[in-house]
Amino acid sequence: MPTLIELKDGVCRGVQDSFTHVADDEALPKGDVIISLTRFQAEGDALLSEGRRVGVKLEAEEEVEALAYDLPKLAVVGLVALNFPKYRDGRAYTNARVLRERFKFTGQVRAMGDVLREQAGFMVRVGFDAFEPADDASANEWQAATRRYRHVYQRSADGRAPAFAEREG
Amino acid sequence: MYQYDTIDKAMLADRSSEFRGQVARRLAGDLTEDQFKPLRLMNGLYLQLHAYMLRVAIPYGSLNPTQLRKLAEIGRIYDKGYGHFTTRTNLQFHWIKLADTPDILDHLASVDMHAIQTSGNCIRNTTTDPYAGATAEEVDDPRVWAEAIRQWSTFHPEFSFLPRKFKIAITAAPKDRTAARVHDIGLVLKRARDGALGFEVIVGGGMGRTPYVGPTIKEFLPVNRLLSYLEAVLRVYNRHGRRDNIYKARIKILVAALGKDEFASQVEAEWAKIGEIADLPDTELARIRGAFAAANFEVLPAQSEAFEAAKASTPAFARFVRNNVKPHKKSGYGIVEISLKGIGDTPGDATSEQMEVVADLAEQYGLSDIRVTHEQNLVLPHVKLDDLPTVWAGLRDAGIGTPNINLISDIIACPGLDYCALANARAIPIAQHIAEKFRDQDRAEKIGELKIKISGCINACGHHHVGHIGILGVDKKGEEFYQLTLGGSGAEDASVGSMLGPALPYEKVADAVDTLVEVYLRERQGDERFLDTFRRTGVTPFKEAVYADAH
Repeated sequence: MPTLIELKDGVCRGVQDSFTHVADDEALPKGDVIISLTRFQAEGDALLSEGRRVGVKLEAEEEVEALAYDLPKLAVVGLVALNFPKYRDGRAYTNARVLRERFKFTGQVRAMGDVLREQAGFMVRVGFDAFEPADDASANEWQAATRRYRHVYQRSADGRAPAFAEREG
Repeated sequence: MYQYDTIDKAMLADRSSEFRGQVARRLAGDLTEDQFKPLRLMNGLYLQLHAYMLRVAIPYGSLNPTQLRKLAEIGRIYDKGYGHFTTRTNLQFHWIKLADTPDILDHLASVDMHAIQTSGNCIRNTTTDPYAGATAEEVDDPRVWAEAIRQWSTFHPEFSFLPRKFKIAITAAPKDRTAARVHDIGLVLKRARDGALGFEVIVGGGMGRTPYVGPTIKEFLPVNRLLSYLEAVLRVYNRHGRRDNIYKARIKILVAALGKDEFASQVEAEWAKIGEIADLPDTELARIRGAFAAANFEVLPAQSEAFEAAKASTPAFARFVRNNVKPHKKSGYGIVEISLKGIGDTPGDATSEQMEVVADLAEQYGLSDIRVTHEQNLVLPHVKLDDLPTVWAGLRDAGIGTPNINLISDIIACPGLDYCALANARAIPIAQHIAEKFRDQDRAEKIGELKIKISGCINACGHHHVGHIGILGVDKKGEEFYQLTLGGSGAEDASVGSMLGPALPYEKVADAVDTLVEVYLRERQGDERFLDTFRRTGVTPFKEAVYADAH
């Protein structure tokens, strides 16, 4: 089972991932699954009623607004996974931030795809709290990468005080 | 000037140490060049034809003497004794060794400088009017807003992986010295009838393969709502800008595809959802504004005897004043432009010695303030008229007293095939040939304002689309050819130049420019600039003259 890094209370830990990624043309295994938005829209309610947890994977071009109605449910019995087809594709940063700031989503927001430690700091700032690293980064390395900067300049979804607020003391 | 506080300094120190670690991993072989490339690009380090190039950020083109001396020192220790000022008002070192770069970043950080966001698909250095704080034309000091944007855009977690690079320019004067209308976002500060300050917001201008003069999407944005509005524009762009084709990824393509009204309404909808929470508090704006409080100007008479006497006795000084000295808002002061376009020199290059001379003059006679212009020159914004003869003599002795600001030899040129891996053709020698041809200063002054801009490839780093005469290098079966365009402008009367005719071979370009100038002198009426004459006559007389030989 691939390693998952979870961020809780400022600490990164490697954990066993209970979720299985399932493609649209694959049969559903037992247990917790992460499926596409399309599949979730068709089968999500049925799967949830079976008592398992369901995560929804959004591609970079899909917008979290499409999930608005389901988010309260997903916060309790699921997660939202945002895919980075390439690390250079920055659309998932907006999705994550809108999830946290606009929809006040409290469940897991997971980064998957081309997820590299060099971007860890940005990801944490926009509200990601779980990571499937593509570069074999350990939880310690991931944690170090998120703490490279002592200050930040702008408000974001992580609640860190920006420079202008620190200056006011 | 804005002074970095402990927070700003800590940001630079953290950046520097992060990059030192990344370079060490690369040099140890733990990172491949492929893996390292995005990391070095985040720090302005490019691999060019012959060596690494390091692009140092000069936020809104503003430098103090200590910083300029540091750039001179870096040039001397780590490069070949010079640096190249760019159209983004940054400075490039073209002969850098990878192993030296962490030390260079430490040097830079020691004077509150860096190479952050001088590359990559992020928000680049925000540029502004080099006369800010010195010209009577401005309705506010645009540096206040440029500094607010500098902080907001630095390591922005949501907008560091945009579809493409993103450039913002701010001007507060009706005479636009920033090329605001050909930026991703151009901000023009205005005062409403009731005295309130606001921005006209222009989005989607640009050059490159598909040049556009940007449309205005908001006529009057209250100044204190700037950051939330920028966030809305960037969010719409981040989500909807094209990512499938690098040449169609700039925001101009999105704005053109949606139409400006639809784009504007998407921004408005997003802006309404974002709300005021994303704006900078008034306290922080006041803090930043305080840093740009008016310099300690003396109360001086409008006339300076020393200045008038020097003009009368020294024609070369009088010529320098006519072309390089601009009116200051305070009587008894002038704005001094320092041309980095010496005849036969590389446009925008300055030697370490020249940088030190400018730093000394700024410290002694210029309230320690130095600016870089997007036209690749330097400015001492606050010089007493009494001191002008001394400042001029110092500049002249250092070889940077060329009296050609806005004249035909004040050429923008990209580094071209002499340095750049993307170029199709050389740009620098073309600029040198043209400057040589118009070496006669009387003739240059008779021709008046004429902006020539040269790019070595379609990426248009030399802004050829907005040159009164634009020159674009193209490759034809392995030979350098040059496509001429006429009638472009990057100023408040912005327009994209139109094609003159078939591309010309390398050795014909300077002669063709000479011919264009002769046609202009023949056709011009009254005080018309080259641009005005061209706009009145159209291309025909120019085209006929340049291609007469071919018939």
